[in-house]
Amino acid sequence: MARLSNLHRVLIAIAIAASIIVPALLPSWTTLVTLILAKGIVVLGIIILLQAGQVSFGHAMFFGLGAYSVAFWGKYLGTGDLLLYIVIAPVVATLVGALVGVFVVRYREIFFGMLNLAFSMVLWSLLEKLYHFTNGADGIRVARPTIAGMAFPPETFQYLLLYITLALALVASFAVQRYLDSPLGHMLKAIKTNETRLEYLGVSARKVLLIGYIISAFLGGLGGALVTVAQQIATPEFAFWTKSGEFVFIAILGGTANAAGAFAGAAMFEIVRFLAAAKLANAWQLILGVVLIVIIMFAPSGLIGLLKRGAASEGKR
Amino acid sequence: MGALLGAAGLMAGPAFAQDKPKEVKVGIATFLSGPASVFGVPAKAAAEMIAEEINKKGGIGGVPVTLSFIDEGAGGEALVSNFRRLVQDEKVDVTFSAISSGSCQQLAPLAEDLKMMNFMWDCGAASILEAKKYRYNFRSQANATPEMLAVLIYLLKTKPDFKTIAVVNQDYAWGRESWEIFSTALKQMKPDVKIVAELFPKFGAPDYSTEISRLMALRPDVVLTTSWGGDLDTLVRQAGQRGLLRQSTFVLGIGETSLQRLGKDLPEGLIVGARGDHWFLHPEMKNDPAFKAFNEAFRAKTGAWPIYSVYHMQQAFSALQGAYEKAIKTNGGKWPTREQVVDAASGLEFKGWGRPITMRAEDNQGLEAQLVGVTKADPAHNFMVLDNMMLFEPKSITTPPGQKSVDWLKTLPADFYKMNVPTFKHGG
Amino acid sequence: MDSTIAILAILDGLSYAALVFLVSVGLSLIFGVLRVVNVAHGSLYAYGAYMAATISLLVAPISPWLTFPALLIAALIIGVFVGGLLETFLLRPVYGREEVLQLLITFAVFMIMDNLQRLIWGVQPIFAAEPVRLLPNVSLLGVTYTSYQVILLPLVALGTLIGLRYFLRHTLSGAVILAVTEDREAATAIGINARNVFLITFIIGATLAALGGALASPTTSLVPGMGTDMIVLSFAVAATAGLGQIEGAAVTALMIGLARAFVIYIQPELEVLVPYLIMVIVLLVRPMGLFGVNKVRKI
Repeated sequence: MARLSNLHRVLIAIAIAASIIVPALLPSWTTLVTLILAKGIVVLGIIILLQAGQVSFGHAMFFGLGAYSVAFWGKYLGTGDLLLYIVIAPVVATLVGALVGVFVVRYREIFFGMLNLAFSMVLWSLLEKLYHFTNGADGIRVARPTIAGMAFPPETFQYLLLYITLALALVASFAVQRYLDSPLGHMLKAIKTNETRLEYLGVSARKVLLIGYIISAFLGGLGGALVTVAQQIATPEFAFWTKSGEFVFIAILGGTANAAGAFAGAAMFEIVRFLAAAKLANAWQLILGVVLIVIIMFAPSGLIGLLKRGAASEGKR
Repeated sequence: MGALLGAAGLMAGPAFAQDKPKEVKVGIATFLSGPASVFGVPAKAAAEMIAEEINKKGGIGGVPVTLSFIDEGAGGEALVSNFRRLVQDEKVDVTFSAISSGSCQQLAPLAEDLKMMNFMWDCGAASILEAKKYRYNFRSQANATPEMLAVLIYLLKTKPDFKTIAVVNQDYAWGRESWEIFSTALKQMKPDVKIVAELFPKFGAPDYSTEISRLMALRPDVVLTTSWGGDLDTLVRQAGQRGLLRQSTFVLGIGETSLQRLGKDLPEGLIVGARGDHWFLHPEMKNDPAFKAFNEAFRAKTGAWPIYSVYHMQQAFSALQGAYEKAIKTNGGKWPTREQVVDAASGLEFKGWGRPITMRAEDNQGLEAQLVGVTKADPAHNFMVLDNMMLFEPKSITTPPGQKSVDWLKTLPADFYKMNVPTFKHGG
Repeated sequence: MDSTIAILAILDGLSYAALVFLVSVGLSLIFGVLRVVNVAHGSLYAYGAYMAATISLLVAPISPWLTFPALLIAALIIGVFVGGLLETFLLRPVYGREEVLQLLITFAVFMIMDNLQRLIWGVQPIFAAEPVRLLPNVSLLGVTYTSYQVILLPLVALGTLIGLRYFLRHTLSGAVILAVTEDREAATAIGINARNVFLITFIIGATLAALGGALASPTTSLVPGMGTDMIVLSFAVAATAGLGQIEGAAVTALMIGLARAFVIYIQPELEVLVPYLIMVIVLLVRPMGLFGVNKVRKI
């Protein structure tokens, strides 16, 4: 146990250092690192659901809701404040998450996945077709918001956004790790291993899963808001099924055992895509696909699992 | 701390590089994947060909050009990240971006933030330059307003008696905006026309059977579509298979790019637009040996005649060359700073493979002539060529600076389409 | 709405449903037996289409009528080779593993196939319409239809449905597949070789997807990304019907096809929404799908 948390400490230190140093040396990576952290926050939600053995093929719905909360605010109410956005977006996602959650937590496995997919595709079609409200497939541009009432020039803003995202990512991962280690988190894991026993103990599995689901919706909304502000645009693609697939992809890539995997996976995914789109524009999907297959076949616990294995064999020596 | 470091890094780079550099770096955003690669891939081939040609002749002001490409099809995150990488890491001198209006909407403010001269080399949304005055963003071609107006005027001049019209456009900004322009102007010039169906099938829809059945039942006199690429091919072929192309007069707003692919499947008499005066048999250019050589070389390289995206790419390079040459001249023969090049680009006149183009100083919008024609069979080609081509002067059909297109269109008089426009026969 | 429009919409819905059925029944079959949601199913559809066009363009100069067998041959090539290789080398190693890993393997395959498709067939739209041209047009209420779309496609779909039913109910291999679908543990316990059953099922499912693509190829432009929408649509049909339900898939495909056609006549803006709205409503009421048997919770 002690070694594990040591490993975590090292990883966290590396993550913080990387998030600060890399953008300082390579300014163009600032947005990329912000996106990695923001997507990592979304993937934390996937990891929560995976603890219960449930895969959502529609998690992009909450990501999209977060993004469009920001976009609609900007479009109809005027440019808002970043601090407002990171409250509004997760709140909207949480409310919808609670509503949808009541229905979906009744189901497990493929049925859980499909119902989520169905909901997310309805949201996607609405965003795509209600052209006069949503600008359709082109999405809505999001102007650079103020931060705590102050307007910043673009270069400063991107660093501030990065640091705010980093802080939120740290808080979110600690909170999620805390949650997973708590009794509620253990009950969540029991849904995967033995749901019947959970019910015998007088615990409502539905309620346990609903709590997890709502937290994951919250994280999806938060991540969506941050990505939208970083990208300055929200498009229906944010809620499309391939986006949901991407999040699950990242979770498996990083490893689903704990919160750190979300960020390791997101970093790997975005960096491969970024570099491949730059150097091998014709083959970035191919490369990512092969990486994923290799990970699944040979490193089932993801990147973090690989690290742990490495750390463990170090320790044995 | 990081912010300060980063900001310092930004400042140090380009500003005072007045010695002649080793190269002029051009960063180009184009579609290398996804449906729009029908424009992007030929344009990339063209860019490579044009750069090679420029370098063979000694480069721009004696400095060779180098190219880097980024893929618009890789999604928004990758596009923005890679644009920053081009500007901040690779330190390109100018960017050409992009094809999709969505990409332009995303990249134009970014280019402005980064003080990077950007030629929006292909995207058509008029609103980008109408909503905001940019310093660093230019458009080296027309926008959707003159492109659609030309097609509408052509229709009104050649088929003045139509009573009903239907539209089938792709459901995204171009499809919606082009219809808004077309229908607004139509209501001004021929208010009695009835719009019987407005169909916006999903972008990339594989099947239009139901839409076609509905149109066959409605029997509109005219069917307009501004679709392109695989979508247009599918629509036109399915409509052709079922005789709809003969039942109604089809207007293919930007059909020029599909003519070679559609081959003999098209009937004669379809009205075809070209997003500018782009046609490999351009009536005023076709005897120009340089134009002919360019077309032949492009065909030898890619197996097809150039389409408008190829000519748009040429215009971006011509504008770049023009801006540098003008800036060098103003600077007394010395290599200009980037800001001087930006100054020079404003109000610049240059020539691609059509009539000369001006990027007007007020809003950096390009003024480009428009060519519209009808399909006609020619035994010399295994596809339909254009006949009865009209060449529209850009001044009268482009929204005046400072006005929004939709507002301006609503002020057009009913006899606007009766303007004088020269007509050219194919081969004549 | 007048009756003319209703008749037209029914015809349009029918031909659309035929293609959707072919693709989704394959997906459904694979899930029923392997318990894997094959995300790469849409890619098999796209490859079937591209392969059909490639072969058609090759044989059309010899005799245009050869393009009909070309469609079938293309579907078989893709189904047997690509499908067989996928099952053997990528799915087989992960059968014992978590469902999400199996799903993600197919997601990775989808990304790889999508990319390879661009490298193999390029990005310019391909069109091979010979089979549609060979068959005459039919006219109804003043509207012309191609008999390829309103007669041939529904007939092929019907034939497939009857053929599949016969295969599953009246042949030994079919009975084995059904047995595995109904109760995998029991079937393996009585000595059924699950490995072969999985391979055969996957090949049949993949061939059906490819056949859907091959049959679509004469009517549509083949473009990058054409499989992406097909996956989720066929998924919606399969899930609405109940995964593993053959006849259910047919009925649901018809329902979604008709609903879509009527919507295009009445309120075209809702076209994209219709299948997913139906899916949500059905799954909320009957999570096992319209025709699924109740196995939702395994407690």
